[in-house]
Amino acid sequence: MGRKKQQNLFVFFALAPAVICFFAFMILPTVRIFLMSLFEVNKYDAAQTKFVGLNNFITLFTGKIDGTIIPEIPLKIATSLKNTLFLVVIVGIITLFIAILMASILVRENLKFKNLFRIIFYIPNILSIVVIAGIFQAIYEKEFGLLNAVIGFFGMKPVDWLGTGSNTIVLYSLAGAMVWQAVGYYMVMYMASLSTIPEHLYEASALEGAGKIYEFFHITLPLLWGTIRTTLTFFVVSTINLSFVLVTVMAGSRSDNEASVILFEMAKQQSVQGYAMAIGVITFMFSFGVSVVMNAITKRETYEF
Amino acid sequence: MEKKNKFYRVILYAILIIFAVTIVVPLIWLTIASFKQVHEFSGASTWALPQTWYFKNYINAWVEGQMGTYMFNSVFVTSLAIIFSLTLALPAAYVLARYEFFGKKVIQALLMAGLFVNISYIVIPMLIQVNDWQEFLRKLFNNEANFFINNHIALALIYASCSLPFTTYLLMNYFKTIPNAYYEAASIDGYGHFEIFTKIMIPMAKPSIITITLFNFLSYWNEYIMAFTLLTDDEKRTLPVGLTFLKGAERTLTDYGKVYAGLVLVMLPTIIMYMLVQKKITEGMTLGGLKD
Repeated sequence: MGRKKQQNLFVFFALAPAVICFFAFMILPTVRIFLMSLFEVNKYDAAQTKFVGLNNFITLFTGKIDGTIIPEIPLKIATSLKNTLFLVVIVGIITLFIAILMASILVRENLKFKNLFRIIFYIPNILSIVVIAGIFQAIYEKEFGLLNAVIGFFGMKPVDWLGTGSNTIVLYSLAGAMVWQAVGYYMVMYMASLSTIPEHLYEASALEGAGKIYEFFHITLPLLWGTIRTTLTFFVVSTINLSFVLVTVMAGSRSDNEASVILFEMAKQQSVQGYAMAIGVITFMFSFGVSVVMNAITKRETYEF
Repeated sequence: MEKKNKFYRVILYAILIIFAVTIVVPLIWLTIASFKQVHEFSGASTWALPQTWYFKNYINAWVEGQMGTYMFNSVFVTSLAIIFSLTLALPAAYVLARYEFFGKKVIQALLMAGLFVNISYIVIPMLIQVNDWQEFLRKLFNNEANFFINNHIALALIYASCSLPFTTYLLMNYFKTIPNAYYEAASIDGYGHFEIFTKIMIPMAKPSIITITLFNFLSYWNEYIMAFTLLTDDEKRTLPVGLTFLKGAERTLTDYGKVYAGLVLVMLPTIIMYMLVQKKITEGMTLGGLKD
């Protein structure tokens, strides 16, 4: 009996610190987002804080505030959601395409320096997002930037990659930085998964005279599909995060209109706590929704080996 | 056939090399440009080498840009956060992996859900929350201490807490693979729960402790948004935050050399560590291969 009690004590003291910290610094802030989105918060006088139901959401979606309508509010939210979705989709497609291509080359082909290539491709993933922003500011710099130097070599005129006014080019520039950052990570994930595919499957198809491209679409891709779907969910979360930090660091105040992403709107509204939290709820819903849709689109019959 | 094969290999190498170049060239260019003087950026060619290796950029970044102070802050916050994360996650992961108790399923499910909550999602509510708590504590103790805002220890604890889902998950999976026989043998030898954990299980979990510490080191060292939000005092900033201010100041002065020197200072420790660990990982992989 004493032994059982000892065990309970040990379990309790081993778990308590972690559970308390997890509760205080992860669960509470998350709950606060959902809870405070239903309140109009008065920062200076807590007693003035009142429950307003879905009012914050109505304001965000219609611009209706105290009887008047401000059309900029829903417009900004819509733009930032559109931009976020654009980045998730574009960056997602390009990153996964390159990552799968590189992973299958490095695992399937008998080439030299494979290890060196793997080491290099993973480097962007170990850099701080601030460093990546700095690197891409140097690449996109209008006067002496690397990209303009490269296209100048081919006789093209310099482009203002991060310039305002032309909405799409800033977003594509951001997307470029995000792909650069993400490819290595997903490549390594897919390499681990690809190396478990039994060699005899490829031998059998080679015996039947199948080409490399046929092999890729009929063996590699179907067997990798499960891993791809798992990584997609994490990809959505990390892209929403990355786009926020990149926009904050790279575009700064200029991203007021063109390149805003959803979390950026939340940070801008932080003094009006109710709105900010309502935007937070929208972000959660958005990332959950995108994940669900992606899951549905990518649903295939799973193959086992 | 032989010729076709050769052509195919050339294409493969070309793809790999092009991609490698897009990664390596900007890094090397940046490192070289960090030795250039201000006037070399506007006039000379982008690809030109620096006229002289102008080390003063680094001194400027280190002293004027306060990167020295920020480096110290980053080292302090990162090491403390690593210590916190291991002290919190190791016992929790061990208990979750090897004991049965009431509420275990709930804790595991919440931790799993935590994997999907990114630090960026909760940075604003975190700020509001710790502001409230700080006000409360200041009133309680009747002083003006920085309990959460501008407090490195609190930041380290927040880092450790936010990485708990991943850290616990990885360690828990490792503890599950340790055979029960070790546990039973130690029990028979008269070891208590705590002794089995500290004297037998932790040493055995060393490989996964190293792995998770490396991942955590990178994420703590590189973290920007939480540090930017919670450290408002100039002196308290960590390296990534300090770097953005170096860049902010640069916009008027256009001292690119200093900014690039700062960038190199931030990424150098991670790249050095990555290169060292990379070797270890490859060694580990070949060792594992020999055993099979």
